[in-house]
Amino acid sequence: MTHFRKSIATVLLSLVAGAALADATLLNASYDVARDVYKDYNPMFQKHWKANAGESVELKQSHGGSTKQVRAVADGLEADVVTMNQANDIEFLAEKGLVAKDWAKKFPNNASPYTSAMVFIVRKGNPKALKDWADLAAPGVQVIMPHPKNTGNGRNTYLSAWAWALKQPGGSDKTAQEFVGKLLKNAPLFAAGGRDATTTFMQRGMGDALITFESEAEMIAKEFGKGNFEVIHPSLTMQTEFPVAVVEKVVDKKGTRKQATAYLEYLWSKEGQENAAQNYLRPRDAELLKKYAAFFPPVKTFTVDEVFGGANKAFATHFKDGGTFDQIYVAK
Amino acid sequence: MSAKSQRVLPGFGLALGYTLVYLSLLILLPLGGMILKASELGFGQILDIALGERSLAAFRVTFVSSLLAASINAFFGLIVAWILVRYSFPGKRFVDALVDLPFALPTAVAGITLATLYAGNGWLGQYLEPLGVKVAYTPLGIIVALTFITLPFVVRTLQPVIEDIETEVEEAAASLGASRWQTFVKAIFPAIGPALLTGFALAFARALGEFGSVIFIAGNLPLISEIVPLLIISKLEQYDVLGATALAVVMLAISFVLLLVINALQWWAANRHKNSEPLEVAAGKTKAGAA
Repeated sequence: MTHFRKSIATVLLSLVAGAALADATLLNASYDVARDVYKDYNPMFQKHWKANAGESVELKQSHGGSTKQVRAVADGLEADVVTMNQANDIEFLAEKGLVAKDWAKKFPNNASPYTSAMVFIVRKGNPKALKDWADLAAPGVQVIMPHPKNTGNGRNTYLSAWAWALKQPGGSDKTAQEFVGKLLKNAPLFAAGGRDATTTFMQRGMGDALITFESEAEMIAKEFGKGNFEVIHPSLTMQTEFPVAVVEKVVDKKGTRKQATAYLEYLWSKEGQENAAQNYLRPRDAELLKKYAAFFPPVKTFTVDEVFGGANKAFATHFKDGGTFDQIYVAK
Repeated sequence: MSAKSQRVLPGFGLALGYTLVYLSLLILLPLGGMILKASELGFGQILDIALGERSLAAFRVTFVSSLLAASINAFFGLIVAWILVRYSFPGKRFVDALVDLPFALPTAVAGITLATLYAGNGWLGQYLEPLGVKVAYTPLGIIVALTFITLPFVVRTLQPVIEDIETEVEEAAASLGASRWQTFVKAIFPAIGPALLTGFALAFARALGEFGSVIFIAGNLPLISEIVPLLIISKLEQYDVLGATALAVVMLAISFVLLLVINALQWWAANRHKNSEPLEVAAGKTKAGAA
């Protein structure tokens, strides 16, 4: 028993000692596929902070589904910063009083340091000539996407198609809902998540088109070979944002406000922007966007704020129980 | 208290106390918390959530596929258990170990593997789909996944019971003139019936709650191939913890009633044959038939 206690004490001591070596420790709660982005970014910031503030800072990462992550933060996970892929997840933390109400104004560009766009991935040679949203809703076409109600990726797909239909001549909410209904009829399944949709399309050979993030296309090229598919940019699509915020309650308690803010601000630096571009996310920096133009062809995009009046409103109208998604499937 | 003196091992009080505390901490506390949370909603609201068209369809899909998967395993699992106990063949230990694999495999891995196998270009799917049998991304896929996940429950509950039946029982039945079918129905089945029901109940209960493997092969289309656990996740995505809890409580209530019924059946089956000697009955009938 004493042995056991001693070893526990040793473990605890070494944990405390380990934390004490750095001047501050930051925990970044992030979404799933951000792993690569922050794996490269964290050492860059550590170097930057050491050189400019003379402090060493330890950085820890926690990754998971975006919504799951913010729920963990709301339930007490002591994350100093949250870096998410959906604005309504950060809105949720703002409602709970963990994040500033005006979080989107605390940093430039709607607090989103980089963006992506929803694109189509089609088979080599584009045999069904799928060029725009209308083609995906045509009879006989199969479209692979993640569940629109349960995944961020699926919701972006749904809203992109909705916005496109809305902007057509004579477009209204009614025609948009009809159009999205037709598009969803072409989905033989709703994948469990973004990566599951990719596997279903690429590996199991199902469907004529996969709808996903532009950044995902490069991952597919790495995994399955560049020659096996083509990327199609539709005539209008969603600019997806990746909002970041400081968790006020946690940084006040830990006294890490300065470091946490600097950590997020540095995402807008040349180095931070270049890192995003190298992970196939569109940088906000216009010069870098030009430098990586081969990855990022010009595309006409809309933001959720412009067309749907904010992420929360879009969510409530379309994806809450009884929203337009449910209306498409359930008569009453 | 006369029973007290007959007990070989001491410490009944301590053991019972420990059992109660352990079960309370592990099962009653979380379940109680869940029910408490659900009680924030009125009974009518819970019913409204459970009786929505989408929820009703999901309940149907979940219970029907779980029942079918458990039934499939009750039949084929019995054969597997019988063969593993009664026959020896090369590689038997290996086959025996295989049975436990569904327990050990992360369920998501099982789901992804099965979806890959049964997809249109998969090893099995490429032969099934020309025949018009679509497994992956249909309700049939859900049944396949659940059958895979719950196989060990039936086999592992039956094995020790079959081991306990002496081969002499079969020999005696045969020597008394029972046909093979009679031997099975009158001599063997009464002995293994309760265990078979237990295995069935365990498999069924496990299938009801299964999520990880199913979502990767189900296709998750509303009204067609959505299971209740997926709807619960869907509610959580909307930060609707109450709605999710309501669905969970309804699910729990139905499962509890079903398990209670199965337990009662099992008790009845075990007691029916307690005082009668199945062999004599079998032999007597045969004689009567002969006379």
